[in-house]
Amino acid sequence: MSAAIGSAIRRDAAPAVLTVRGLNVTVRRTPLVQGVDLTVGPGERVGLIGESGSGKTMTALSIMGLLPEDVTATGSVRLSGVDHDLVGADERALSRVRGRDVAMVFQEPMTALNPTMRVGAQVAEAMLIHHTKPDRRHARTAAEALLDQVGLLNHAQAARAYPHQLSGGQRQRVVVALALANDPALLVCDEPTTALDVTVQALVLDLIVRGVTARNSAMLFITHDLAVVATVCERVLVMYGGRVVESGRVDEVFTRPRHRYTQGLIGASDLEVVDARGRLATIPGSVPAAGSFPAGCVFRNRCIYATELCATSPDWVGPNESDGFACHHPAGVPHV
Amino acid sequence: MNREEAVVRQPSTGGRRAGLRPNPSVIVGGVVAAGVVMMALVSFVWTPYDPTLVDASQRLLGPSARHWFGTDKFGRDVLSQILMGSRTTLFVGFVAVGVAAVIGVPLGIIAAMTPRRLGELLMRGNDLLLAFPALLLAIMFSAVYGASTLTAMIAIGIASVPSFARVIRSGALQVMGTDYVLAARSAGRRPFAIGVHHVLPNVSSLITVQVSVSFAIAVLAEAALSFLGLGTPPPTPSWGRMLQESQEMLFSAPRLVVFPGLAIALAVLGFNLLGDGLRDRFDPRLEDHR
Repeated sequence: MSAAIGSAIRRDAAPAVLTVRGLNVTVRRTPLVQGVDLTVGPGERVGLIGESGSGKTMTALSIMGLLPEDVTATGSVRLSGVDHDLVGADERALSRVRGRDVAMVFQEPMTALNPTMRVGAQVAEAMLIHHTKPDRRHARTAAEALLDQVGLLNHAQAARAYPHQLSGGQRQRVVVALALANDPALLVCDEPTTALDVTVQALVLDLIVRGVTARNSAMLFITHDLAVVATVCERVLVMYGGRVVESGRVDEVFTRPRHRYTQGLIGASDLEVVDARGRLATIPGSVPAAGSFPAGCVFRNRCIYATELCATSPDWVGPNESDGFACHHPAGVPHV
Repeated sequence: MNREEAVVRQPSTGGRRAGLRPNPSVIVGGVVAAGVVMMALVSFVWTPYDPTLVDASQRLLGPSARHWFGTDKFGRDVLSQILMGSRTTLFVGFVAVGVAAVIGVPLGIIAAMTPRRLGELLMRGNDLLLAFPALLLAIMFSAVYGASTLTAMIAIGIASVPSFARVIRSGALQVMGTDYVLAARSAGRRPFAIGVHHVLPNVSSLITVQVSVSFAIAVLAEAALSFLGLGTPPPTPSWGRMLQESQEMLFSAPRLVVFPGLAIALAVLGFNLLGDGLRDRFDPRLEDHR
């Protein structure tokens, strides 16, 4: 029992695996992400939710240092065990970090594997890059073991298959194996189940959670699916218009949302509640194009609680970046 | 662990090609191209006569059982010369296309992988070379370094570099935009390894097509250079020089022009058909996804 307490304390005291501070991402002067702060502790599973165009993927790509050529990031992205900032680091330095300290699972399993390489060779390659395995033979064996772990039966046969011989779900299992090959401290998942059909989604999610738990890896899970976040994550950040508008523990954010956007998002996912005409609740309007969000609170043109006060940017309310919100008229909090 | 969907299809060799209908141009082109290769191979072990044997008593004979294609003004057997000439044609083609591919393919891949502005700059330089007439370049080379098979090969090769670079770059740009390149980068792959392991294999179909098309161009260019006396020097038989030597007898003995002309035309047609057919075959719109 004392051991359990000891490990719990160590986990709290250990430095964060990922620390993002003041991240801004811009493309030709159009801001895509503004002032994002986020922290992921060791072994922690954090969700990042938001609609399309809220800046989730851009945040993930800046963490990996994989932003497209004409997109620039400023601010700070630090990984524990890496002695330099990832923002502005050169390609050589980044390639040492990628795949070893931080790995990524992509959305589209149909295109995330090289069609001209056998999948076993692709997984083995991931280990050889960082010399996790001494030679090709060891890497091959380890790759087959890994394919077995992600639930590909006949893993020896699967290792010799080309991607086109596998189904979407099987390919995503290979992509997960590839990402976990070097036991990264942080796994970034960008909507890993969106492209899969519903029955396979649950299997792949289970696989990812088992994989990170077994390796004691932290995870940043990007999705627009609230139900997925609720099952997979411990903490959640809600993004809208390139900003984090609310963050906190999953159970608290989902049961007692404070930002009006989070409230609307959760209201819209409730299929029991209908209005007088029998229609489901929605958030009025649609997400503006990047760069045309209103000044001040980015959500105010779609918010029914908005007042003139909302033309000024709301300050972050809360003890730290992992628990709080940025809203002038929060739900469930008496008016200031 | 869940193993529901775990039955992996038996990996079959060449599975990617299975189930595709054969393309008529590939077949016709392939047969003609293979025919040229056969001619060259046969010439190593057998020709009806020594193709360089001059025999004044056998001058300008018409086709007969002894000389199937007749003899030329020096009494040399035309069939033997055509067979022997196919060697020159293939040799020049292989080396020229090899030179073009060895320079053009890396150039195209590099131009696709470097930052956009540098890539554009490389391609503008490439366009300059593309705008320069290939034959003129070859004539320049021959004038400077002397007429020889080697000069012809290198000149034709260099003239074919720009089209290689252009085609490969467009394919490589497409590959660079795919998720698996992003995934390879996210796994920590260095640019050089990405170029070799991920980009190159995925543009290999484009390379195959370009090799075949360039080969046709090289065959034609070799014939043109030899015709101008800037290619293969005598006595080595060459289709282009056979044309040139028979030029003055165009009206008295037209068959002397017809046979080498036909050989050139067939070889060019064969490699062109093969290239076109392969291009259709590799067209992503027709690609079988499973």
